[in-house]
Amino acid sequence: MRILLALALLSATGSLPAAEYASLPGGRFASVLPADTKTADIVVAPFTLRREPVTNAQFLAFVKTHPQWQRGKVASIFAESRYLAHWQSATVLGADASPDQPVTQVSWFAAQAFCASENARLPSWNEWEFAAAADATRADARSDPAWRERILNWYSRPSNAAVARVGGVSNFYGVRDLHGLVWEWVDDFNALLVASDSRDQNDPDRLKFCGAGALNLRDRDNYAVLMRVAMLSALKAADTTVNLGFRCARPTASGNTP
Amino acid sequence: MILVRLLAVLAVFACIAPTRAAELPGDSVYRLPVALADQDGRAFHLADRAGKPQLVSMFYTSCQYMCPLIIESLKRTQKAIAPDGQAKPAVLMVSFDAQRDVPTHLKAVFGQRKLDAATWTLAHTDAASVRQLAAVLDIQYRALPDGEFNHTSIMILLDAQGRIAARTEKMDGLDADFVATARKAFAQSALN
Repeated sequence: MRILLALALLSATGSLPAAEYASLPGGRFASVLPADTKTADIVVAPFTLRREPVTNAQFLAFVKTHPQWQRGKVASIFAESRYLAHWQSATVLGADASPDQPVTQVSWFAAQAFCASENARLPSWNEWEFAAAADATRADARSDPAWRERILNWYSRPSNAAVARVGGVSNFYGVRDLHGLVWEWVDDFNALLVASDSRDQNDPDRLKFCGAGALNLRDRDNYAVLMRVAMLSALKAADTTVNLGFRCARPTASGNTP
Repeated sequence: MILVRLLAVLAVFACIAPTRAAELPGDSVYRLPVALADQDGRAFHLADRAGKPQLVSMFYTSCQYMCPLIIESLKRTQKAIAPDGQAKPAVLMVSFDAQRDVPTHLKAVFGQRKLDAATWTLAHTDAASVRQLAAVLDIQYRALPDGEFNHTSIMILLDAQGRIAARTEKMDGLDADFVATARKAFAQSALN
């Protein structure tokens, strides 16, 4: 009890304002990864999602209060050697990481720990995909060629270009920067089983998949979303990349954790 | 002033926490705090398994086809590592199915598959820990609406300190490289 009180006081005295979360209604949704691996829609429970990705400033505040997540202290099973390598030091951002850029070079475990520190969790893939289907005026803009084109244009930018600051245009739900800024971790990144061509076909000795086998991707021409799936499914939990950040989610009071 | 005192309280709590985990190498899977229950309902922590190498895999009991294959493959590999008369390596299988694979369920399968009580452990943990454990072991899985799971079938050798020493996806026959690495690991741990 005393610890809880102390933690509440600590967060109240922190210099950063509490992160803003937007409410999303959830509902039936045609995911590119069908629920039954064939065609079924998925059902997303109501949830709230951080309006913006976690920034360098916010992650810096986190590692100061959670020193076990500082660069150099964290065990390699939880974050590889490039973890926060662009910061000047374990507790100083320096010239290459501005406070209002999204934090990148963070592992899945570090992202999970950050979200837990603000009583949240990482969004599931389906939650992320649900939120990211919107544009500024529509809940689901995915069938609009212009929507796809904009996202693909971002993918084609060189990955060594500096990451922009957070604060893009709000989408239909009031969430910003889902596209065009960074890739984002999801809680079930290791659930996105996609049969790469080599796995099942070339080596019949390797019975790799149980159950119904690898996922059947729906909407195959939606590269804008499938690129995300491909990238996430290739990651390991300790991996970090220069373009990979995250945001957090919470179930709404009435909704269940998916 | 109050804050300073509370910080001091927090600091004290923070100092009590470190345990054996701090002595393990940074790349040890046992760094992950996971609370499990075995087929007899006994609670244990993943890090309790430190000290000897072991074979680890993940499965779920309602799996009709692939999971019996994984179990048979583990049995075969266990035997190949320790020929007659030698002490068999321990095997830990953790279920993906946090909802249904409670200890009583695991116990039933333990009997059906005639598992060796001296070396085998089938274990349950909560859904969030399943996700984390699969993440450190680099195993992919996905719950399907009909209660089944898609998952990669992988057998892992953890060394005495919990580092991944070998892994194989070969579930029919034997993976000779995996067995060779495991023999060395167990021979070495027997010397220590």
